[in-house]
Amino acid sequence: MILTLDNLTRSFGSLKAVDGVGLEVAAGEALGIIGPNGAGKTTLFNLITGLLRPDAGAIRFDGRDITQASPRARCTAGIGRSFQIPHPFENLTVFENLLVAAIHGRRQREAQVVDACGVILERTGLIGFANRRAGTLNLLGRKRLELARALAGSPRLLLLDEIAGGLTEAECSELVELVQAIKQSGVTIVWIEHIVHALVAVVSRLVVLNFGRKIIEGEPRSVMASAEVSEIYMGIAA
Amino acid sequence: MAVLETHELTAFYGDFQALFGITFALDEGETVAIIGANGAGKSTFLKAIAGLLPRQAAAVRFDGRDIGALPAYEIVKLGLSLVPEGRRLFSSLSVEENLVVGAYGRRGEGPWNLATVYRLFPILEERRHTSSTALSGGQQQMVAIGRSLMSNPRVLLCDELSLGLAPIVIRDIYAALADIKQHGTSVVLVEQDLVHAMSVADRAYCFMEGRVSLSGRPRELSRDAIHAAYFGL
Repeated sequence: MILTLDNLTRSFGSLKAVDGVGLEVAAGEALGIIGPNGAGKTTLFNLITGLLRPDAGAIRFDGRDITQASPRARCTAGIGRSFQIPHPFENLTVFENLLVAAIHGRRQREAQVVDACGVILERTGLIGFANRRAGTLNLLGRKRLELARALAGSPRLLLLDEIAGGLTEAECSELVELVQAIKQSGVTIVWIEHIVHALVAVVSRLVVLNFGRKIIEGEPRSVMASAEVSEIYMGIAA
Repeated sequence: MAVLETHELTAFYGDFQALFGITFALDEGETVAIIGANGAGKSTFLKAIAGLLPRQAAAVRFDGRDIGALPAYEIVKLGLSLVPEGRRLFSSLSVEENLVVGAYGRRGEGPWNLATVYRLFPILEERRHTSSTALSGGQQQMVAIGRSLMSNPRVLLCDELSLGLAPIVIRDIYAALADIKQHGTSVVLVEQDLVHAMSVADRAYCFMEGRVSLSGRPRELSRDAIHAAYFGL
């Protein structure tokens, strides 16, 4: 297992945002996470990346307990993430944004990461925008850059937080192809997404969260057809 | 005759496109449910109608008139009122003060005033001088509905009335909705909870990713069709 969550719990005041979640992710796997607003999905990512500390439970990455590790240590250990709302350095160019992420993510010097950044720009379809100020990118461009920055640290585990929303169908399919290609390259992916058909095109396993708890997990289509999902999303038993 | 229509309505948050051309109609006296998973654009749809988001002038018609260029307060005066998700009461005001604020810019004639709102929700009269923050979630929802009714709307836009409420409270709220309908008010009801929405709706639209994925009368829509329209699977 590249990532193991053991009984992970985190409260905000009286609200249990993540409540005893256990999860195992195998190396090379692509796992999807869905759940209604407030289910605890992003909080789970914040716990895995170290932006939040759990009240209880443990996180193991690559066999090592990282529960108390700093976000930076987790990043250099190989955990990358994209944020739901991209915040690039608007006044830096696309390429410079990538350099910052690569230098800090890999703890290498600029000269050592330049080539890798070029490759990532090509893969993410941003090579033509390399010298554009990040603040001038449109939504699809910013989403690609968010992905590119996450890849710049050369993560072995990539956490994606809602990257498919607000796109046209063609743009959405493009993004799906990109995530598929990242998976093909051997990166383990955990993807939070509302756009279920995009998710199902990539992931081989789906986890449903509700009120901080893991409700069901399994093969995506059978999970989507389950009584639990009907109950959570539509208020009816299937 | 449709009292409210949208034609190819689009809406954006910055350059994030949330609605991709919604065409919709609500007849006078009708209750229509908007259902769909989170992120489908349901609340955005109500906000765009109510004038809380920029939209194209001709994309929203009320009573045969384009209202897409009007600000929210003008739309309230015409007779469209939103019960926002999460109630959004004025926390420094009492129950009655919240209701009175709803009458600001009210349409001339209509069935709703303090007395009739209190008849609809008797508990609010008992608690009329209570601060809105001291109420239960269900009571707060009643104030939010009452505040909207105070403008005597012809169309009431309701966003997730059942959110976070206990089943018994949801039942009371929906009973009130039936009453409101009796007064001839047309209702657009955004809900994730299908059972309640379908129990009062004359028709339903299901949204997925900012588009209409299914529409029809509740009894004509099978669970399989709704499931497919929710998730695109």
